[in-house]
Amino acid sequence: MGYHAMAINQNTLTIDGKDVYFEQGQTIMDAALAAKIYIPHLCHYPGLPPSGNCRLCVVETNGKSVAACITQAQAGLRIHSNTPELNAVRKTITQMLFVEGNHICPACEKSGNCKLQAMGYYLGMHEEHFHHFNPRRALDASHPAIFLDRSRCILCDLCVRASREVDGKNVFAIAGRGADAHLIVNTDSGKLGDSNLDRDDLAANICPVGAIMHKQRGYVSPIGQRIYDQQPINEIALGEHVPESTERDHD
Amino acid sequence: MTDQKIRIATASLAGCFGCHMSFLDIDEKLVQLNERIEFNRSPLTDIKHCGPSDIGLIEGGVCNADNVRVLREFRANCKVLIAVGACAINGGVPAMRNYFDLRECLEEVYLHGTGVTNPQIPDDAELPLLLDKVYPVQEVVRIDYFLPGCPPPADAFLQMLMPLLDGKAPHIANNQLHYD
Repeated sequence: MGYHAMAINQNTLTIDGKDVYFEQGQTIMDAALAAKIYIPHLCHYPGLPPSGNCRLCVVETNGKSVAACITQAQAGLRIHSNTPELNAVRKTITQMLFVEGNHICPACEKSGNCKLQAMGYYLGMHEEHFHHFNPRRALDASHPAIFLDRSRCILCDLCVRASREVDGKNVFAIAGRGADAHLIVNTDSGKLGDSNLDRDDLAANICPVGAIMHKQRGYVSPIGQRIYDQQPINEIALGEHVPESTERDHD
Repeated sequence: MTDQKIRIATASLAGCFGCHMSFLDIDEKLVQLNERIEFNRSPLTDIKHCGPSDIGLIEGGVCNADNVRVLREFRANCKVLIAVGACAINGGVPAMRNYFDLRECLEEVYLHGTGVTNPQIPDDAELPLLLDKVYPVQEVVRIDYFLPGCPPPADAFLQMLMPLLDGKAPHIANNQLHYD
């Protein structure tokens, strides 16, 4: 009994007052998702290495804010996640992502299936608050099956990690500094059409927004039957994982 | 006058009138609503300028000088100003012209467009000049509430207006919140 209690203490933290068991080496995000606790996130995808760039998963522990996706779980941590203050910060971050790009949902084929949009709904975002950047970013339609609309890219770098870690192709990268950071294609021409990206690659399918899209596949789901028409992002996210079968195929 | 009616003004700036149509989609509830409100300046009335009003509904972004004038007139006369629809809130689909220079747009339509005869860019002083970009209304004046959607659902108009008529803060239900 005593041994059992000690074992649990050594591998237990709390999230919003709920005891959560974790395995050594897991991040706070890993432990939360395994316990079916949703911590908002856009750049994290279970099965891919974390990146820590979107900051939606900010939680508070030991009096400071940390990104749950890149912070190791430790025994005894008391973590606050679903608080009005943190959700207000997350809403601000979401508004920043909206104004930095051109997110015109009424004209986007990803609408209803988009994580950025669903995050706005989840956080009760009614408006973008900040002045719009109105960036002019290059569109790449050179690939026969996939097009790249950089005006919708949130630089989550999921495509970068998916292509490198799972597809083994290293098709994408982020280049440029600060507000000039942008998604590039690792070919001499910089064109997607000159890459070996395949429509079935994870990198061609993991974009959470409308930046990497399949050609001639827009508006296939009726309104009401799109992903986030039916379930909010906090429910959908608990079932997501890179399929084990495709993981490490190309290693 | 014991029951002073709430005065509502509405306007379409760089809008498509779709938000006004969605407002009318409350159907027969418009009759009930009409018992408590009266319309000031609106595309639905013949009043030419916005007079003192309790609530102003603005559809559309700000694309030309006349839009700026109308929007400022509404802000000066409305106690509560509500941005209605994607265009008012973030510029909407018309803001896709922000991908281009204004001159490129005008030349494409009036000089080089298919089937153009007597090509010239209209420059009569009667016409309001286009702005360099399409702007959300809150980049021009202060906005009190936002009603998202392209257009917002009819019920969302009631969720916005009914509490305001009673002097309460409105709340848009999660299932009425969408940007498309």
